[in-house]
Amino acid sequence: MINSTSFLIVLRFILLVLVQVLVFNKLNFFGYINPLIYILFLYWYPIKQNRTTFIILCFFLGLCVDIFSDTLAINAAATVTIAYLRPTIMRFVFGVNYEFQSFKLNNSTKAQQFTFLALLIIIHHLVYFTLEIFSFSNSLLILQKTLTVGVSTLILGILFSTLFSSKKE
Amino acid sequence: MQQIINFLIRYKIFLLYLFLLLISFIFTFQSHSYHQSKFLNSSNFITGSIYTFSDNVTSYFSLREENNKLVEENKKLRDKLFNNVLLSPSKIDSTTVDYEVVRGRVINNSYADQRNYITINKGKNDSIVQDMGVITDKGILGIVENTSDNFSTVQSILSDKSNINAKIKNSNHFGSLVWENTTDYNVVQLIDIPRLVPLTIGDTIVTGAMSSIFPENIPIGTIKRFDLDNSKSFYFIDVELFNDMTNIGNIYIIRNLNRKEVLELEAETEAND
Repeated sequence: MINSTSFLIVLRFILLVLVQVLVFNKLNFFGYINPLIYILFLYWYPIKQNRTTFIILCFFLGLCVDIFSDTLAINAAATVTIAYLRPTIMRFVFGVNYEFQSFKLNNSTKAQQFTFLALLIIIHHLVYFTLEIFSFSNSLLILQKTLTVGVSTLILGILFSTLFSSKKE
Repeated sequence: MQQIINFLIRYKIFLLYLFLLLISFIFTFQSHSYHQSKFLNSSNFITGSIYTFSDNVTSYFSLREENNKLVEENKKLRDKLFNNVLLSPSKIDSTTVDYEVVRGRVINNSYADQRNYITINKGKNDSIVQDMGVITDKGILGIVENTSDNFSTVQSILSDKSNINAKIKNSNHFGSLVWENTTDYNVVQLIDIPRLVPLTIGDTIVTGAMSSIFPENIPIGTIKRFDLDNSKSFYFIDVELFNDMTNIGNIYIIRNLNRKEVLELEAETEAND
């Protein structure tokens, strides 16, 4: 059981990096909107896993995307931030009951799943574009990019998570 | 001691987070100087191979267009040849040429970031080194930044670190080509042109002679709009690029055979000051 879970995680890791760099980095909607779809990795990652491994994995996920897209290490910084904040966000969205053994993402309501994904995306994109632009004189640009790219990531993220969600009993 | 260990165990996740964040910050900020981080770039073997694979698939879709471009360029070169603009072939040998051209292909291109890099399929094995100029048939593209055995990354002119010597074609006044409005990928800015220079919209901008990277007179673009900058003594010129930065296939890498000599001489002169 553990092996199949780890295998799934590794497969997801590789596929998400490839899809991100080969498809979504070349999208360029309206010239600059490239959805950062790879953060679905954090959305799908099992809840009851070792946090240390999770954070380290997320760091390398960001770093892989960075190496492909020549963005220094800003993807890594943004991803590691949401990886660290994920339990806090989950407690905020799902309440205390996410800590129970039986809790599964599929059992929560659509609204909760949506909020969870949206919060992950907002924090990630805010860190990402702040580091990318890195000057407060352009704070409007940071907000504009966070908003537009965030919305596109959210839409595609919902589509993807619906497409690949395991069936409900 | 016990307390310190307890503290470490209690906050180990937070400390790990801080540590990883610090590493990414180091990678990010050490390269705010001129050159990109040495090992975090897409010119390595794995990324290069994956991008080559992807390019092998996607390049078929634009074959016809690429062919047209190349035929168009051949036509231009033939025009020059028949009008004797170039030296006669017998005069060209290794002692008289200043520049050598290597051809290559773009395997990954970006133009939506603040600093855009282009990955090309030529590297150290083709004697590509840092700071060689990269052009297309229409105009300049960027400067080689990192190389691996078979691949290189090129800092595009669409980068807030880019700074290239350029001049106005008919008057020879020179300035620096930068990219300040980092959301528009068809327009770059020419600064430091004094206000006494007569300008008209549509004037051609070409590379200047002060660079040891690009030869003189490589086309860049045309003046789209110009205005005085804050100091009111220099122009701030929007230059519309000849190149469509979103659609680049075949490129040429230029090696300046005199570059080493020029740099050595300049370093010597500065040291003597």
